[in-house]
Amino acid sequence: MLGRTLREVSVALKQGQITPTELCRKCLSLIQKTKFLNAYITVSEEVALKQAEESEKRYKQGQSLGILDGIPVAVKDNFSTSGIQTTCASNMLKGYIPPFNATVVQKLLDQGALLMGKTNLDEFAMGSGSTDGAFGPVKNPWSYSKQYQEQRRPQSNRKREGTDWLIAGGSSGGSAAAVSAFTCFAALGSDTGGSTRNPAAHCGLVGFKPSYGLVSRHGLIPLVNSMDVPGILTRCVDDTAIVLGVLAGHDPKDSTTVQDPVKPFTVPSLSDVSKLCIGIPKEYLVPELSSEVRSLWSKAADLFESAGAKVIEVSLPHTSYSIVCYHVLCTAEVASNMARFDGLEYGHRCDVNMSTEAMYAATRREGFNDVVRGRILSGNFFLLKENYENYFIKAQKVRRLIANDFVNVFNSGVDILLTPTTLSEAVPFLEFIKEDNRTRSAQDDIFTQAVNMAGLPAVSMPAALSTQGLPIGLQFIGHAFCDQKLLTVAKWFEKQVQFPVLQLQGLMDDCSSVFENETLPSVSVKQ
Amino acid sequence: MSARALWLAFRSGLGGRQAFSTKVNLQGSGRITVEVIEHLERLALVDFGSREAVARLEKAIAFADRLREVDTDGVEPMESVLEDRCLYLRSDNVAEGNCAEELLQNSRQVVEEYFVAPPGNISLPKLGEQESFQHS
Repeated sequence: MLGRTLREVSVALKQGQITPTELCRKCLSLIQKTKFLNAYITVSEEVALKQAEESEKRYKQGQSLGILDGIPVAVKDNFSTSGIQTTCASNMLKGYIPPFNATVVQKLLDQGALLMGKTNLDEFAMGSGSTDGAFGPVKNPWSYSKQYQEQRRPQSNRKREGTDWLIAGGSSGGSAAAVSAFTCFAALGSDTGGSTRNPAAHCGLVGFKPSYGLVSRHGLIPLVNSMDVPGILTRCVDDTAIVLGVLAGHDPKDSTTVQDPVKPFTVPSLSDVSKLCIGIPKEYLVPELSSEVRSLWSKAADLFESAGAKVIEVSLPHTSYSIVCYHVLCTAEVASNMARFDGLEYGHRCDVNMSTEAMYAATRREGFNDVVRGRILSGNFFLLKENYENYFIKAQKVRRLIANDFVNVFNSGVDILLTPTTLSEAVPFLEFIKEDNRTRSAQDDIFTQAVNMAGLPAVSMPAALSTQGLPIGLQFIGHAFCDQKLLTVAKWFEKQVQFPVLQLQGLMDDCSSVFENETLPSVSVKQ
Repeated sequence: MSARALWLAFRSGLGGRQAFSTKVNLQGSGRITVEVIEHLERLALVDFGSREAVARLEKAIAFADRLREVDTDGVEPMESVLEDRCLYLRSDNVAEGNCAEELLQNSRQVVEEYFVAPPGNISLPKLGEQESFQHS
């Protein structure tokens, strides 16, 4: 039952094959079994069971709220949830209980969804591995898959030590691991520079970043206001469309949501792609791209071509400056956004009490990790009076050039761009932490962040397994506010590739023993 | 005075981090002067805490410097991707509220309906001042 898609399980609920409470308990039990993945920071068991009970009543009375009624979902721990701890994986917000729900959370609950818990991330969503949070790293469920165990290169020493697991990608790695390990049917992530698409690619999921302005950010604890969007992680495109249909639309509490009326997002099954023009941006062919991803990317292009679509090479000339531009704008907005955490009204407060400034400084030293502090300092540097023009304004100008690159390509008749999502498949944790967070983010966000700067919709689609048996994702990028068209093309691709299901069954017992042998698995391997 | 001593202890030793002092000989580009470091720490209310952190900033700046290669003559800065759209502002009416108690519950120190802050008219000591204080 847990392996089904959201739509399938919704039908099962409707037909009474399973009750919301039974479904909820199954998920809770799997969350317990897969605790070693560290996907959840908070499991909201009581809340979920109570919601399930109410959902069950509705089903009995024939008054179900719709397709999401009784469906277990998870939410990244940087969305405010009323009465449930919201930490951003930071010591700064440990124990913080928001008095309100983020708009997207409220919309899910209004449809009867069951909130299973809050998922793990990089501290304040700053990272690309879900390794830099105060609650330890997230482990990629594919590390324990039959596919990977059979195919991977032998590294017996590491295997014995239990440290050979792979990163989940980030920063929404907890949400990705939660959906991928079948503990819920959909999860919310956030996407500022690729944080939903990157872990989706590494965990073999559909990871969707909507157009900026389509989905409310109210209650999403901001990282970069001009780029943040809530993201959706599911196991298939139809499920993403269902969730998007619920979330999309104007929110009076977020002035950056557009007022265009939103129609329900039905994604038709495309039978004919011959009228489509797919653009392949040549600048995305970088030397660091692994040969496997490269060949898969080209196979995908061939797939469209052989089905009659027009596939052309296009140029986005400012691509190589995009990650640099993103770095400046991101740190500058972070410096400003993180100023709210001062220890006075909420969150961590240090014991220093001799002056307000000393209290602020000590609170922030104790509350933020090195990555966050580093970005705050960089951002403040770029915003200094003497640097403002040369760095911040300069980056805003380059941002326009990058956004214009996309406009030009789309105006030339291209419908959808096809690119890789990541340079390679997921790497082992020990490999990943060899580089610092900034370097890693610069590499890992290379294909994803330009989309955020231009506000476009994009989706990472699982394309195939690598020779090691790990998922590889490809990214589709659409015109602004043509999210539905983007998902339609993604759905066609999904149908062609028939991506294999993660095989965890049968290995679950081994996984449990891995967990029992490790004391505090997440802390012991922290860098 | 005891307040100063506490501040110093916090700056220099907490968490086993090496204190960042004026005597640190900066490696790398050397663009970041002690004055800039001090200025940034005050603005950000975050301290560098180590030489590595300064080196990280220098790397971050060197990375950002690549933007200079881009010709942006006559290009307007882009602040928002929704710049060509009308954005909605709701009318300035109170729509919700009466949640003071709930909000105050998330604060570590409150008195009645107030957040409590330490004295506000003492600024952070300068690095130089700290040193002289340390020697006295």
